[in-house]
Amino acid sequence: MPNSVYSFHGGLHLDDHKSESLTQPLQIASFADELILKVSQHIGEPNTPVVTIGDRVKRGQLLAESSALVSAPVHAPTSGTIKAIENRSIAHASGQKAECFIIVPDGKDEAIDVEIRSAESTALDKAALLDQIRSAGIVGLGGAVFPTAAKLTTANQHGIKTLIINGAECEPYITCDDLLMQNYASIIFKGISYLQAILQPEKTIIGIEDNKPAAIKAMQQALTESSLSNITVTSIPTLYPSGGEKQLIKLLTGFEVHSSQLSFEIGILCQNVGTCAAISQAIDKSRPLTSRVVTVTGPGIKNPGNWFTPLGTPVSHLINLAGGYTIEKPKLIMGGPMMGLTLKSDQIPVVKATNTILVMDQQEQEIAQECIRCGRCTEVCPVQLLPQQLYWYSRTHQFNLTESYHLFDCIECGCCSAVCPSHIPLVQYYRFAKGEIWDQRRKTYKSDRSRKRHEFRDARVAKQKLLDEEKRKLKREALAKKKAAELAAKEKTEAESSNSQNADAVQAALERVKARKKAQQVDPKNTTDLTTDQQDQIDEADARREKNKVDDA
Amino acid sequence: MLILIAVLTLSFIAGSFGLILGYAAIRFKVEGNPIVDQIDAILPQTQCGQCGFAGCRPYAEAISKEEAPINQCPPGGESTIVALADLLDVEILELNEENGAHSEIPLVAIIDEMNCIGCTLCIQACPVDAILGSAKHMHTIIEDECTGCELCLPPCPVDCIDMVPIKQTLADWKWPAPETLSGNQHA
Amino acid sequence: MTYSSPYITPSASTNRLMLNVLIALIPGTVAYIWYFGVGLIVNLVFAISFALLFETAILLLRKRPLKPYLSDFSAVITAWLFALCIPMHSPWWLIAVGIGFAMIAGKHLYGGMGFNPFNPAMVGYVAVLISFPVEMTTWYLPLQISPDSLNILQAFSYSLGLVDIQQWDALTSATPLDQYKTSLSLNMMISEIRQSPVFGSFAGVGWEWIANWWFIGGLYLIFTKTIRWHIPVAMILGMLLLSFSFYVVDPDSVASPGFHLFSGGLMLGAFFIATDPVTASTTVKGRLIYGFMIGTLVYIIRHWGGYPDGVAFAVLLANMSVPLIDYYTQPRVFGVNPPEDH
Repeated sequence: MPNSVYSFHGGLHLDDHKSESLTQPLQIASFADELILKVSQHIGEPNTPVVTIGDRVKRGQLLAESSALVSAPVHAPTSGTIKAIENRSIAHASGQKAECFIIVPDGKDEAIDVEIRSAESTALDKAALLDQIRSAGIVGLGGAVFPTAAKLTTANQHGIKTLIINGAECEPYITCDDLLMQNYASIIFKGISYLQAILQPEKTIIGIEDNKPAAIKAMQQALTESSLSNITVTSIPTLYPSGGEKQLIKLLTGFEVHSSQLSFEIGILCQNVGTCAAISQAIDKSRPLTSRVVTVTGPGIKNPGNWFTPLGTPVSHLINLAGGYTIEKPKLIMGGPMMGLTLKSDQIPVVKATNTILVMDQQEQEIAQECIRCGRCTEVCPVQLLPQQLYWYSRTHQFNLTESYHLFDCIECGCCSAVCPSHIPLVQYYRFAKGEIWDQRRKTYKSDRSRKRHEFRDARVAKQKLLDEEKRKLKREALAKKKAAELAAKEKTEAESSNSQNADAVQAALERVKARKKAQQVDPKNTTDLTTDQQDQIDEADARREKNKVDDA
Repeated sequence: MLILIAVLTLSFIAGSFGLILGYAAIRFKVEGNPIVDQIDAILPQTQCGQCGFAGCRPYAEAISKEEAPINQCPPGGESTIVALADLLDVEILELNEENGAHSEIPLVAIIDEMNCIGCTLCIQACPVDAILGSAKHMHTIIEDECTGCELCLPPCPVDCIDMVPIKQTLADWKWPAPETLSGNQHA
Repeated sequence: MTYSSPYITPSASTNRLMLNVLIALIPGTVAYIWYFGVGLIVNLVFAISFALLFETAILLLRKRPLKPYLSDFSAVITAWLFALCIPMHSPWWLIAVGIGFAMIAGKHLYGGMGFNPFNPAMVGYVAVLISFPVEMTTWYLPLQISPDSLNILQAFSYSLGLVDIQQWDALTSATPLDQYKTSLSLNMMISEIRQSPVFGSFAGVGWEWIANWWFIGGLYLIFTKTIRWHIPVAMILGMLLLSFSFYVVDPDSVASPGFHLFSGGLMLGAFFIATDPVTASTTVKGRLIYGFMIGTLVYIIRHWGGYPDGVAFAVLLANMSVPLIDYYTQPRVFGVNPPEDH
């Protein structure tokens, strides 16, 4: 059995506190009196309920779904009645509520009728497998709760060369995957075989931390018993956070997934062992995802252990199963001590993402001291960032500088906060900075839209004004034309009538003049009977006139 | 004699640098006035007119011409003032509360449909066309597009528009910054 | 108020780190008193009192909570280092001015603990060095070779200016480094210089053993993981490289590397002053460069500069370069430009 040869920078050797919850075997939790089943238990588009208040439901029945690709349906964990569909407190840092089904179990635990595939039936093809995985509501049970069917579909389009199965479980206190591997290794391998059928990778590597020798042994055994090939079970050194996806990939293959990439872009895909087991149940037994293994542990719990828990079980029920609290003021954490989430009450239900309920002592929250720039955070960061610089820039709100120091590559593992001598809550600074940057991006997107809408509206109004102006102009012109035409017509008729009157008067006048002229028509007396002397005088004058005429010319 | 040499040398140096600067001013001249766009990109685009200008763009132009101070925008609040001060390399000023107060939680308008008479006066007033409706038909405000400028409230003859805070969802919850010994100033 | 993960309290604490530094300072301090007398105690008492006084006053002025800032021992360490750097029997007002300058201009002007770019003890030291050259060059002979010495009461009264100074003139002398510098400039040979009674086996009488104890204290700090090895090792290497190169060329006109390492403030500087985390470089490569830079600068100032000991100035110069060093020695981030050997 090979050991990994690669390593990643930084990381912390933590006290693993695993033995406390390994004293008991894996048990099955009873049903609580009331199950609070969150309607959407995945990353992606939220689900809408398909049942209503008062409906009687059976175990495995579809309760809520969404048509989006990145979504996963939710099924009833047991038979009972839907008492209500209302907002209840859920596991979120804000303490906000979300829509939940309130199911009252009827104690009969009847399942819906399903066709169980027999072993002899022909193997399902890729599409059918993916369909089964999707309708079973399977999401990544390592904590990310990304819908598995969507992840596999996208990965398949790219082509996967290496499939990695994450059995690392690096965070202290958590032992759910450990016990799952010890007790149900063969089921996990069934699930892996289905993954191999879908993805057809060249090789498969199962990574398990070396503080789980029993699990490694069980998985080795199951591997030899199964008929799968090209699979190795690799033990990796116990170092937090070797179970982080990018860190595990580096440990097992030596490849570093680029900060802007997802792992399938370099042909590698990672799945948790719990997800594999769920896939096997979904395909072999047509069981949708309705329960998961949850570790209940911590210094504040009487009998720590692991329980196979129906989804929707309130945390208080599990704590009762584990013997109850041993401290007065318990601090409830969903998840591990490094990356978990504080719960404000124990009425919060278990969801697909719940791997542990950790009960610790209430710590007094002191205000951090100043950063002394000691650099220990840089020494332990598994992503090789400069946490100190990210801290300075987050604190002074210089968010563009945090981005240039690769803030979004931070996996929020908590190694830096765990070694800081000034006890500065570094991870909270980075979460704060990320939130502010996302908020700023949303605001910018909104303001860009508003600007466009405003410009469009101004343009629309201006255009409308122009159109109105045009219309008015045309109307004015039309009116003016009409008026002019009317006027012209009027003048013409007037002119015509006055013209004919004038013509008669003129004619009459002309006639009178002619008549007068005729009356005055008398010949002159001295042009006939001329004497010779008179004739000579006239001839002389004429000749003189001729001569003058010639001279003048 | 020495003084003459000194004066000539310095004049020569000054002259050559002057020429270089003159050349650079022509060769690397930037067309248009990009500063107005940069200022406009920082403003929140509420188009409310509280700054005294008819929208964000005219205010941006006024700032670029140094005709208006940078602290007139209540919806933008302190973060806008700081960003503008950073861009223009001027002093950070306190928000001028005479123009209105800054509210941390964004508000949107909502029409009480029981009282709406379909007069379209609010539709004409909205600077981003976020109100849907037409004459004698029900009006409604598109919540995602409403900038909270409150310009629709005065024209409404039946006073049926109210300002309400936007619903906070899980998606827009933010982690608060941790406390510091210096009392959470930006340092 | 919502608090985020992780939910484990770190085992390290700043107060504990500072306490370790104080513990590591004790052997050297005791050696100093052993070799030179009780004058140092006066220095320490005055320096620490003034430091705490100034710190409290400024915190009140700045309206900051007193307890968290006073309970980390940073003011005490600054005072202690300052007291070690100045000559014994320094007048009380010199200590006050120096510490005041260190606290105000060296620390709180920049925002207080964690925000200062310059080492406060060195800032205070340099301020009084250039302001009061006479007092700062009045060093004393080690008890071994000194004709007389003061007892604790006399030392206090002397420092407070209550007694006349003439009678103790004979006790003053130059430091070994001082001696070297002036003699070398008079073109004496090393062998001649070493005849002087102030020199012991490899460095100055008394001084060499104190330096040893600083070295041991430094090892304690590295062992308890209070400091990392990078800066002291780089600094010593820097010093060794230069001094060895010059010594090999002409052993008779330069001091030996051994002398340089164990005289003056080099050992103290390497383990206690240059390693001050607030003002040093933070990246791994950066620390090596920073330490090396200080080591070489100390040699350069000692050899060619105007001052006999260059540790303070070297540290301040390196402090100035830290932002640049840090910017250019950023480590490669996981997933960004990975090496292509698969």
